[in-house]
Amino acid sequence: MSQTRKQLLVDPLVDNNPITLQVLGICSALAVTSSLNVAFVMSLAVIAVTGFSSLFISFLRNYIPNSIRIIVQMVIIASLVILVDQIIKAYAYEISKTLSVFVGLIITNCIVMGRAEAFAMKNTPFNSFVDGVGNGLGYSLLLMCVGVVRELFGSGTLFGITILDPVNNGGWYVPNGLLLLPPSAFFIIGFLIWGVRSWKKSQVEAREYKIQSLEVH
Amino acid sequence: MSESNNIFTKFKNMPVDGIVKTVIVATALCFVCSMVVSFAAVNLKSIQEVNKAIDKQKNILQVAGVYHEGIDVNKTFSSFQPLVVDLNSGKFTDKFDPSIFDDKKAAQDPLLSVSLENDPASIGRRTNYATIYLLKKDDGSLDKVILPIHGYGLWSTLYGFIALEDNLNDIFGLQFYQHAETPGLGAEVDNPKWKAQWKGKKLNNENGELMIQVAKTQKYKDHHIDALAGATLTSNGVDNLVKFWMGKDGFQKFLNNLKNGAA
Repeated sequence: MSQTRKQLLVDPLVDNNPITLQVLGICSALAVTSSLNVAFVMSLAVIAVTGFSSLFISFLRNYIPNSIRIIVQMVIIASLVILVDQIIKAYAYEISKTLSVFVGLIITNCIVMGRAEAFAMKNTPFNSFVDGVGNGLGYSLLLMCVGVVRELFGSGTLFGITILDPVNNGGWYVPNGLLLLPPSAFFIIGFLIWGVRSWKKSQVEAREYKIQSLEVH
Repeated sequence: MSESNNIFTKFKNMPVDGIVKTVIVATALCFVCSMVVSFAAVNLKSIQEVNKAIDKQKNILQVAGVYHEGIDVNKTFSSFQPLVVDLNSGKFTDKFDPSIFDDKKAAQDPLLSVSLENDPASIGRRTNYATIYLLKKDDGSLDKVILPIHGYGLWSTLYGFIALEDNLNDIFGLQFYQHAETPGLGAEVDNPKWKAQWKGKKLNNENGELMIQVAKTQKYKDHHIDALAGATLTSNGVDNLVKFWMGKDGFQKFLNNLKNGAA
């Protein structure tokens, strides 16, 4: 049992990563990764929400009528997100200003809904909680990887500490402005998915169709 | 005890997809969730308001050049004197309590604001009353005046402060505390190096004409701020909003009055 729990926690990090394998939650990964501080707080928020929403939904799973199950899940997730949003506003005001609507948008993050529907509805509360936290961690890991690249090469800093002294402040490094814009996260996530799938061949999806070779008679 | 037990077992034995159970579960869940959310919102509100106020104060301290990391914001801010100015007459007014008067709310209130015909800063309505901050020297004479400014850039309305020296013509600093311009381009309005340009620039020339401008090419050395590279529209927005707020529809009347000791 403990072995499977460990798997629940570790599998979503690489082997079953919600972003690289399932390609979920891309939208917020684009928006909040231009600086690591913001990405970090966002990660904590998502871990808390996926973990606890899975926990509560699993507690109630035998009482949730099938006809309204999605709405029930949404209500629980939404309440938790509002709670997290309020706490961030109260205790990390500066960061809440940069996160703005994206904490609220965790509600629509497919990862949270996906775990609730696919796992928490069928498993015990504690396992669901571990699974939720694991998936939150998988999301966070990707977020931090993208954040490191974007902040380091986009503004020459990490967690706000100057690493590459940018030209604007009299240094030598010319920051890559593209990396500060959301589309750059697409490229980085694309490269990461490529990297992970080259490393773990089993993640490569089977081709849906094959280009026919033309035979000349 | 036995009755409540009965109700509970009855509830438990109901078919999960029955109408009654569906309604009960939905109602109970909504009730619990709304309790949790409102409890959090009400309890955290006071802390959030304090944060907001401190953030604004911090920006005022920054624009006045007295902020550094680890400073006691509240204590330092107490040396600033907030006052409400009537922009139409250009004089101080005691109609409102400056510690709680909200310029942004006033700009929405038809009784406290005017709709602008000439609106270069794209703000739609302008409040008739604005909260300004005076920083006095130790001997009681004026040191700096901090005026609130705002206007539209490329994506968002930029809110900020401009600090003027005691001659009310030299700019000490300019700072935005709220905007959503493009990171790396328009958001460079937050770059300390760019902000440093404002220091020492003059609003008006000797004839009292408003000359300050944010532009790509330098026309008047004393009045010129370099526009941000790659952020023409944000720069234009800053140019417009500074001209607007320092002009006749903004604080010009008040500044003239203050200069002549008639405010």
